[in-house]
Amino acid sequence: MKISPSKIISLLFFIFSGFYLYTAHQIQVFTFDENAAFNAKTFPIYLGYAGLIFSALYVLLPETRPSNVDLSVLDYKKTITLVLLMILYGITILRAGYFLSTSIFLVLSYIVLGERKWLWIFLLSFPFVAIFMYLLHGLLNIYLRDPFLQFIGVMG
Amino acid sequence: MIEGILIGLETAFSLKNLMMVMIGCFAGTIIGMLPGLGPMTAIALMIPITYGFEPSTGLILMAGVYYGAVFGGSTSSILINAPGIPGTVATSFDGYPMAQQGKAGKALAIAAYSSFAGGTIAAIFLLIAAPSLSKVSLAFRSPDYFGLMILGLTAVSAFSAKGHFLKAMMMVVLGLMLASVGQDTLSDIPRFTFQNMNLSDGISFVLVVMATFAMSEALTIIFKANDPTRVAKQISLSQLGSIKLDKTETKKMVTTIPRSSVLGFIIGVLPGAGSTIASFLAYGMERNFVNDEEKQKFGKGSVNGLAAPETANNAACSGSFVPLLTLGIPGSGTTAVMLGALLGFGIQPGPRLYQTNPEIFWSVIMSMYIGMVILLILNLPLIPYIARVLATPRTFLIPLILFFSVTGIYLMSFNNFDIYLMIGIAVFATVLRLYDFPMPPLILAFVLGGLMEENLRRSLLISDGSWSFLWNRPLTLCIMICICLIIGWQSYQSFKTKTR
Repeated sequence: MKISPSKIISLLFFIFSGFYLYTAHQIQVFTFDENAAFNAKTFPIYLGYAGLIFSALYVLLPETRPSNVDLSVLDYKKTITLVLLMILYGITILRAGYFLSTSIFLVLSYIVLGERKWLWIFLLSFPFVAIFMYLLHGLLNIYLRDPFLQFIGVMG
Repeated sequence: MIEGILIGLETAFSLKNLMMVMIGCFAGTIIGMLPGLGPMTAIALMIPITYGFEPSTGLILMAGVYYGAVFGGSTSSILINAPGIPGTVATSFDGYPMAQQGKAGKALAIAAYSSFAGGTIAAIFLLIAAPSLSKVSLAFRSPDYFGLMILGLTAVSAFSAKGHFLKAMMMVVLGLMLASVGQDTLSDIPRFTFQNMNLSDGISFVLVVMATFAMSEALTIIFKANDPTRVAKQISLSQLGSIKLDKTETKKMVTTIPRSSVLGFIIGVLPGAGSTIASFLAYGMERNFVNDEEKQKFGKGSVNGLAAPETANNAACSGSFVPLLTLGIPGSGTTAVMLGALLGFGIQPGPRLYQTNPEIFWSVIMSMYIGMVILLILNLPLIPYIARVLATPRTFLIPLILFFSVTGIYLMSFNNFDIYLMIGIAVFATVLRLYDFPMPPLILAFVLGGLMEENLRRSLLISDGSWSFLWNRPLTLCIMICICLIIGWQSYQSFKTKTR
């Protein structure tokens, strides 16, 4: 028997709703609020039940319009690499600073996606980020902490 | 009212705000033109920038982006048969055949004039309808608001994801669940924070919008190995032909525009219906109105067939601002994003907005009209040049979208946790999109979550914990009947499809 991916997602949502409902019941409310008509856990409890009902209905009822996705044509390699690059970008943005981490993220992303026009890769990374940072600082007055630029003496 | 209009005009015509409308229209056109990226992505990318401005300026910029993106969507529909947004699908029925006949310039001009006329007529309707509805909506109580929000969520689920009602409802619940993370607004009790300080303020609205739209759309394009710009590279964008219309074509448009505007505005006001339904209905209606000879031309480059959906979708965009500005309840995903941005500015839209912040209320309405004029006089002559954006390689486009998304959220919190959370939500959203789980209901629910809980709290406290508030007032009862009708209709449709 083949189960459609949408039903598997709904089943996972059913489990998630069950966990959400359990966590909602664990919310500590003030003693005087315990028997009130509405307290901090009332709405989440209703949501938990709603999630259980809708996901159960989807799992149990036949699918009227199944979603057909050809998994063989999906580009897992590039997508996962991009996600990993974004995580790396997130890790380095505070340590290496905005300018360096953003520029390297852009360069690597262009290369991962197959771009080989080196002049454009350069123009749309380091100078582009520098202009963008200038706009943020100069026009919008948004300060971006940047240890790298501070280290080389560009930023105060 | 006159005083309000003058305040609105003064605000909208300030040099800074005029610049913002222009920038918004221009940026919106470029983003909206890129297939796969619609107004929601365009507005989402703008939100972090708008937080540096005054509320009215920020909202004016977003309104400009909205209109620009709708116009941009029409351009890609006409030139490469790749609608940027669902609302411009009907535009491609006759717009693309016209472009293939070498009349791309003419098709773009018809689309621009129709959008302008539809938007103008709808802005006049909005001018009249919004204050009147604001006064009426003062009679609304918490149970009515709670009912209206459920109606909005149900309607968006029913209309935004045809044939996937249950999936859309699951997304609504997920959106509400995400909105419940953080401290309870009344008691300050932490909920679903798992002792993580980063979650105590809840999940940022900008983070969710960026993750579910901008970032997940970019990842979906890579995941599905789509190159939306491939078709654009095959056509010569410089040879668009003349943009001048002859007398017969103008005459045809004159008859089409008024009826499509009225239809579009009415559909736009209804929660959940939006520009997609408006444009399809207008196309169908126009086909019934024209003579047999013109009917034959539908789908092959008919002027009426192009003008009708274009007029209706722009009129619907203006119409969708009515529930947002008067009731504080967005009727579509795009206006939900705008509501989220307004809440971020500390402004609560609703019937009192008209009295408490007249400069915002009126300047948004006025800027819509200015936006239309700018789109017509600036974008139309520039289209051959702007259209080159269509050929931007995805190898540059996707990293830049990801960069703007990460930067947007980083500028708001200066914290890595939000970046990781955004990436996590974007990955989930990409998988969900793949299997047709729609995102607009999730965003609408996320934005309405806090308001919904607040109104449910008041209603339950007033009725001493009884759910009878749902049918005690005639107005609430009417709203509940509408909700039952939508659910009943969806169940019937599913049953009909199954028995086929």
